[in-house]
Amino acid sequence: MAKKSDLLPGTLDMLILKTLARSPLHGYGIALSIKRFSEDALTVEEGSLYPALQRLLLAGWLKAEWKMSETNRRARFYTLTRTGRKQLGVEISEFERMIAAIGRVLAAPEEA
Amino acid sequence: MLGRFFTKLRLLARRKRFRSELDEEMEFHRAQSEREFVSEGMSPKEAYYAAMRQFGNATRLREQSEEAVGFRMETVIQDLGFALRQLRKNPGFGVTAVLILALGIGVSVAIFGFVDAALIQPLPFAQPNRLVDIAESSALFPRSNISRPDYEDWRRYNTTLSSLEAFGGMSYLLHMGGATEPVPALRVSDGFFRVLGVKPILGRDFLPGEDQPGRAKIVMLPYSTWQKRFGGRKDVIGQSVDLSGDNYTIVGVLSREFVWQPRGNAEFFTPLLDKNGCEKRRSCHNLWGVGRLRDGIRVDAARADFKRISAELEAQYPSSNKGQSAAVESLAEAFVGDIRPILFTLLGGAALLLVIACVNVASLLLVRSESRRREIAVRGALGATKARLARQFVTEGLLLTAFGCAAGLLVAAWTMALLGKLVPKSMADGMPFLSHAGLNAHTIIFAAAVATLAAFMLAVTPALRLGEKDLQHALSEGGRGAAGRFWQRLGANLVIVELTVAVVLLAGAGLLGRSFYRLLHVETGFDPTHLATVNVIAPDSKYKTPDDTRQLYLEIERRLMALPGVQSVGMTTDLPVQCNCDTDWIRIVGKPFHGEHNEVDEREVSPNYLATLKAKLIRGRMINAQDDASHPQVIVINESLAKKYFPGEDPIGHKIGNGELTSDSMREIVGVISDVREGGLQEDQWPAEYEAIYRSADTGFTIAARTAGDEKALLPTMVNTLRQVEPGLGIYDEQTMEQQIDSSETALLHKFAMWLVGIFAALALVLGVIGLYGVIAYSVSQRTREIGVRMALGAQRSTVYKLVMRQAAWLTAAGLALGLACSVGVSTLMQKLLFGVQAWDAPTLLAVALILGVAALAASFIPAWRAASVNPTEALRAE
Repeated sequence: MAKKSDLLPGTLDMLILKTLARSPLHGYGIALSIKRFSEDALTVEEGSLYPALQRLLLAGWLKAEWKMSETNRRARFYTLTRTGRKQLGVEISEFERMIAAIGRVLAAPEEA
Repeated sequence: MLGRFFTKLRLLARRKRFRSELDEEMEFHRAQSEREFVSEGMSPKEAYYAAMRQFGNATRLREQSEEAVGFRMETVIQDLGFALRQLRKNPGFGVTAVLILALGIGVSVAIFGFVDAALIQPLPFAQPNRLVDIAESSALFPRSNISRPDYEDWRRYNTTLSSLEAFGGMSYLLHMGGATEPVPALRVSDGFFRVLGVKPILGRDFLPGEDQPGRAKIVMLPYSTWQKRFGGRKDVIGQSVDLSGDNYTIVGVLSREFVWQPRGNAEFFTPLLDKNGCEKRRSCHNLWGVGRLRDGIRVDAARADFKRISAELEAQYPSSNKGQSAAVESLAEAFVGDIRPILFTLLGGAALLLVIACVNVASLLLVRSESRRREIAVRGALGATKARLARQFVTEGLLLTAFGCAAGLLVAAWTMALLGKLVPKSMADGMPFLSHAGLNAHTIIFAAAVATLAAFMLAVTPALRLGEKDLQHALSEGGRGAAGRFWQRLGANLVIVELTVAVVLLAGAGLLGRSFYRLLHVETGFDPTHLATVNVIAPDSKYKTPDDTRQLYLEIERRLMALPGVQSVGMTTDLPVQCNCDTDWIRIVGKPFHGEHNEVDEREVSPNYLATLKAKLIRGRMINAQDDASHPQVIVINESLAKKYFPGEDPIGHKIGNGELTSDSMREIVGVISDVREGGLQEDQWPAEYEAIYRSADTGFTIAARTAGDEKALLPTMVNTLRQVEPGLGIYDEQTMEQQIDSSETALLHKFAMWLVGIFAALALVLGVIGLYGVIAYSVSQRTREIGVRMALGAQRSTVYKLVMRQAAWLTAAGLALGLACSVGVSTLMQKLLFGVQAWDAPTLLAVALILGVAALAASFIPAWRAASVNPTEALRAE
C-alpha cells in the first residue's frame, strides 16, 4: 500500500534516523525537518511516517517519550538509541554504495 | 529477537493505550499542519480541511501502524468476529453443519471411549502387564479349565511365575433372613487377591494356607454384596453367613473398584478348601489360573515353561493328561481378546461416519463459498490479499469445528451412557471395563485429534477454490461458468466419496444383519418355541441319594404337568444352545483305543426331556422311567456321535465306557436322536451322549416345560409351584427358551454389532443422499439459463429430465462401483464377525445397490423436476 512517494524506496528509515541523530523530535518535527533540509524537495507522507516510526521503535533503534512541545501540547518525542546510530551508519554506507553503483552505470559511455 | 517478541506482547497487552497514544500523536501532527496552513495565509476552515486531506484516512493509517507492530492475533480476532457474524446471518447453515459434525465427532469419540476402556486402559490391578492367564489346552479346546492336581503340580514346578493362583465358579444356596436364594460365587486359592495386588478395605485377606482342605470356612465379600446384603455395616467382619448349609465367617470386604471379570457377578469369595468330587480326579477340569511373571520373564518364556511341565505330566499320567498342554497369555488378552474384532469393526464404522460427516460439511461450505463469490471478489478488489482471504476461510472452518467438537463431546458423553445402558446386565457383569468408558484424558485427546483432522479438511476445501480463479473474473457475472465448473468437479468428487462410504457401511450392516439372521435361524434340532425354562438348586442336606432327587424330579413333573396348558416337562443338567462343555471322554468297546481323548458333550436327562424339546428319535428308544440306579446304565447318542464313531454301523446295542472301561462306567447305547445343538449358535456341532438323570444325585438341574399357551406367562406360575413343592429350592434364571437363545452372548454381540453398524449406515445413507441432492440441485440452479436456452430451442421436458438425471446417475454409479469394491475388501477384514455369510454375498450387495440407487434417484428427481418446469422466457430474462 505504498503510496506515491517523493522518496527513493527504502530511504525513509535512513532519513528518519539521520534527522533524529541531530536532536530528538516528534513526528511532525521529523516530517518538517526532512522537508526543510531537502529544501522542500522531499515530502514525507504521514501514511508512511507513523508505520515507519513504529517499525523503528520495535527494532530498538528509537526510543520514544512524551514531552511538552514548543506549542505547549503533549507530543511524543523520538530519540536515536545506540543501536539506531549504528544502523544509521550501515544504511548510509549501503545507500552510498548504491548511489555510486548507479553513478557508474550512468557514467558509462554511450555507444555511437 | 526475544526483546522484540516481548515488546509485541506488551503492546498486545496494552492495545488500548497504544491506540490512544497513536491517536494523540497523529492529532498533534494534524493540528501542527493546520497551524502551518493558517500561518501561510489560509482561512482556518480551509486549513482544517487541507490538513485532514493531507493526512488521509486516519483509520487506515492506524491500521497500518498496528500491523507494523501488532500480532496476527489482532486480525485473527477480526476474522473470528466476521466468521461469527457470517454464521449468525445464516443460522440454518451453521446449525446443520455443527449438527452433522457433532454427530460424526460424537459417535467416533463414543466408540473410541469403549475401545479405550477395553483395550487401552490398563486392567485395574497392580502392574497388570505382568499378569498372565493360565489354562490347559487340548486339540478341541484351545483354552480349557485346569484340574486341581494339575494346578498343584504347575504351582510347584514352574520357574517363571512368582505366584500362580486358581479360581473356579461356584453356586451356593444362600440362606438369609428365612429366604433361600442361589448366589454366584468364586472359590479362590489363598494368594488370589495378593497376586492381583488387591487389598481389602475392611478386615483381612485370606492368609497363606487358608485354602487347604480342612481349614476354617471363611469368606470375603465384594463391595456390592457388602452394600446390598449387609447394608455396608462395619461390624460384618466376624459375622457368619449360611452358604449351602455351612457357616462361613466373613473376614474381609473388597473395594468398590474390584470386579473379577471372568465372574463379574460373584457375590462371595471363598477359599478353595476341600476337594470336591471333580477335584479329586486329574481328568476333571474345573479351575482357571492367574499368575504373575517373575521379573524379566516374558509371556512366551512362561508358556514354554508350562508346556514343559505339561509334557512331563502327560508322560507321568497318560490316562488323564494325554494331549493336554498349557495355554498361557497375558491377562489383558484373555479378558478382551474376544471383543477386539467387534470393537475395531465399530470403530471403523464410526470413522467412516466421521469421514462422511466431514465431507458433507465440506460440500456445504463449498456451496456457501460459491454463493459468497462476489463478496470475496469485492474484498479482493478492495485490497485483501489471497492469504488474508484464505485465512478468513480457515477461521470459519476452525470455528465450525470448534462448535462441532464441543457439541460432539456432548453427543459422545450421551452416546456412551446410552450404549452402556443398552448392554444387558448379564453381559455387563462380564465386561466391567465398560463402566470405565467416558470422557477422560484419552477420549479428550482423541476428540482433539479428530477435530484437528476435521478442521484441516474444512479449512482447506473452500480455501482451495481461491487459488483456482482470478478475482476480476469472478466480479463479472460472466465468470460464473468457470467457477461453477470447478466447484462442480470438486463437489462431485466429494459426493462420490460420500456415496462410496455409505455403500461400505450399508454393505457392512447388511452382512452383519444377514449373519445375525443366519445365527438365529441356525439348525437347532429342536423346537425352541413355547418352552419355559428354570434353573434349580436343591439343598444337598435333604437330597443325598439318587432316589431322593428322583422323588423330587417326579414330584416337580407331576405338579407342573397339572398346570393349565403344560404339555410336557423334562429335566436336564444343561439346556441346549449353551456351550460345548461338561464333556466326557469316551471309549467304545471293541474298537481300537490308544488312550486318545474322545471328547463328547455329556448331558443327564429325565425320560421326557428330549421329547419335551421335540428332539427327533432316529433309531431305538429314548431314556425311560426305568433307567434309574437299580437298572443297567443306558445312553442315547446323537447323530454326530453315531457318524463319527460308528460309521456305516448301527450303534444300537454297542457299549461305551471310560478310558479304562471300568465296570461302573459301562453303558449301552439304546437310541440315536438327530443332533440337538448343545453348543453356542456359532460353535460346531459336537457328538453328544444323553444319560439318565435318575441315576444321579446331582442337586443342580434345569427344568424345561412345553406349554400350549404363552410360555412367558407360565414362568411365574412355574416358580410359585416349585416353591410349593420344596421351599428350600434355590430358583434362578427363569427364562423362555427363545429369550435364552436371543440373550446368549454370541447372539447379543452380533445383535449389538448389527444395530450399531446399521445405525451408522442409515446415517451415512441420509448424509450421502443429501450430499447428492445438494450437488444436483446446485448444478441445476447454475444451469437454469442453459436449460432455458435449450427449451427455447425446442428441447422437450423429458430431455431436461434426462440431462439432470444422467448426471445423478453417473455420480451414483461411480459411488456404487467404488463402494462395492471397497466393501468386499472391508468385509473381508470383519470376516470374524460374519456367520454363514461371505464378504461378497451377492444378495446383500445387490440389496445395497438397490437401496442406494432408489434413494439417489429420489434425491435427484426433485431438482430434475424443478429443472424441467423452468419457464424459458423467465430463465432467459433473469440473466
